[in-house]
Amino acid sequence: MTPIEGSASTGSTTGDGSTLEGIREVSRRFPDSPHGHLEDLRDDPIDLLHRVRDECGDVGRFRLADRDVVLVSGAEANEQFFRAPDSTLDQAAAYPFMTPIFGHGVVFDASPEERRQMLKNQALRGDMMRGHASTIDAEIRRMVAGWGDQGQVDLLDFFAELTIYTTSACLIGKPFREQLDARFADHYHELERGTDALAYVDPYLPGVESFERRDAAREALVALVQEIIEKRVMRGPVAKEERDLLDVLLSIDMGADHITGIFISMMFAGHHTSSGTASWALIELLRHPEVMVEVVAELDELYADGSEVSFQALRSIPRLEAALKETLRLHPPLILLLRVAQEQLELGGHTIPPGTMVGATPRVSNRIAGDFPDPERFDPERYLDPRQEDLANRWTWIPFGAGRHRCVGNAFAMMQLKAIFSVLLRDFEFEPAQPLGSYRDDTSKMVIQLARPATVRYRRRVSTGSATGEES
Amino acid sequence: MRVSADLDLCQGHQNCQAEAPAVFGFDEAADRVVVLDEHPDESLRDAVVKAVAYCPAMALTMEEDQ
Repeated sequence: MTPIEGSASTGSTTGDGSTLEGIREVSRRFPDSPHGHLEDLRDDPIDLLHRVRDECGDVGRFRLADRDVVLVSGAEANEQFFRAPDSTLDQAAAYPFMTPIFGHGVVFDASPEERRQMLKNQALRGDMMRGHASTIDAEIRRMVAGWGDQGQVDLLDFFAELTIYTTSACLIGKPFREQLDARFADHYHELERGTDALAYVDPYLPGVESFERRDAAREALVALVQEIIEKRVMRGPVAKEERDLLDVLLSIDMGADHITGIFISMMFAGHHTSSGTASWALIELLRHPEVMVEVVAELDELYADGSEVSFQALRSIPRLEAALKETLRLHPPLILLLRVAQEQLELGGHTIPPGTMVGATPRVSNRIAGDFPDPERFDPERYLDPRQEDLANRWTWIPFGAGRHRCVGNAFAMMQLKAIFSVLLRDFEFEPAQPLGSYRDDTSKMVIQLARPATVRYRRRVSTGSATGEES
Repeated sequence: MRVSADLDLCQGHQNCQAEAPAVFGFDEAADRVVVLDEHPDESLRDAVVKAVAYCPAMALTMEEDQ
């Protein structure tokens, strides 16, 4: 649906005849809050988003600080939302909590045209994937190199650190990655924790601990990048083929603060998203041993001939892919996608005035019973022929969003997840180190992370002849 | 079978060309997919199914001829 431009004025207060009065507002759990549903969103965003659909239908409304948010779900309204051009629905203004993280002067997200250009020239190009797969394979091996024959790991620590190395190596360059250690991952985590929805009131609100830690973490990251820059300056210029993005940005005299902001923004989309999905995929496989058995058998067969992870991760691995897709459906890393209407638009039969925030919700749409029978059930069979519930519901199966802004890194993400589980499940067996029902997300910030504790035990597999000379 | 592409959704990844080069081409100027053969031969079915399933933009559709 295209926006209605220049429609006849009806003389209403907005001057264009549009009004939100016809859209039902969801109930409040914190009626005394001065900021509308802000406390609902901070306390239990999943409950709020589901209530909007339950109480209001495909198009509902809640209040976020001093703004209305029109929230859509269901195929028809989602398609209108996702097809709207950037001139109608703007992303950057909808995410004020990102500005202090990226820093001023760093764009939130590129326009579809810029994204096309980036794809053409840069790291996410299809023909770069083979190299990335090989890089990721090596990074996972490095991470598990220190593992003994058995032990315990914290999923958040493990995957958050791993994905710092993979995203930095693939998107910025291997020389930069080689100059990082766990400190970078720790500071980065603090940035992600700094995405409290209080930012809709003021992203610099004084006295908010997570904001103070966020700003300290950003300064610490700038200092780490500054150290790396100084080493580069000492080292002097290198041959063109050995340069990474940092060398390129230094060659145009960009400073540490701006460079850090660019790196943070480049890594942001691929970090907590991949880290969380890898964690939840492992948890769901532990919760469903019958699926785990099938996935491990599939991988054992695939790698029986000694083929490389960098080769297979780019190819079809149907059982593993189905388990990953089902993990993404039930645990989409982003539960709420927001835009600000730049001009009047139509959503589900309602006319939305400019300035309104509008949102779609992967968390709710992914669980619509009419599209996904028995929606709460983890059922990877959904994606096998002939059901193909992802392709059949391309406006409601939306863990990567949809339309023009559909996650441009989704092929990279799927490849990375396939590579991670190829290595982990070939060499190790896992079991939960806590009750299976106790793994959960911390949803108190806009960036959702696994809540601690989230530990699993591993044991090195001995039957597959994996490359270890140690006795178990 | 009938193959179509939604040019509003295509992001120019060009994966489909790798999967089924006889069916999908690329318009460099527009940076979009071009469907070269809307009714591909049955022998290309597996390749087309893969191209549709792995399109990172979910821009491709395959329907059965009725």
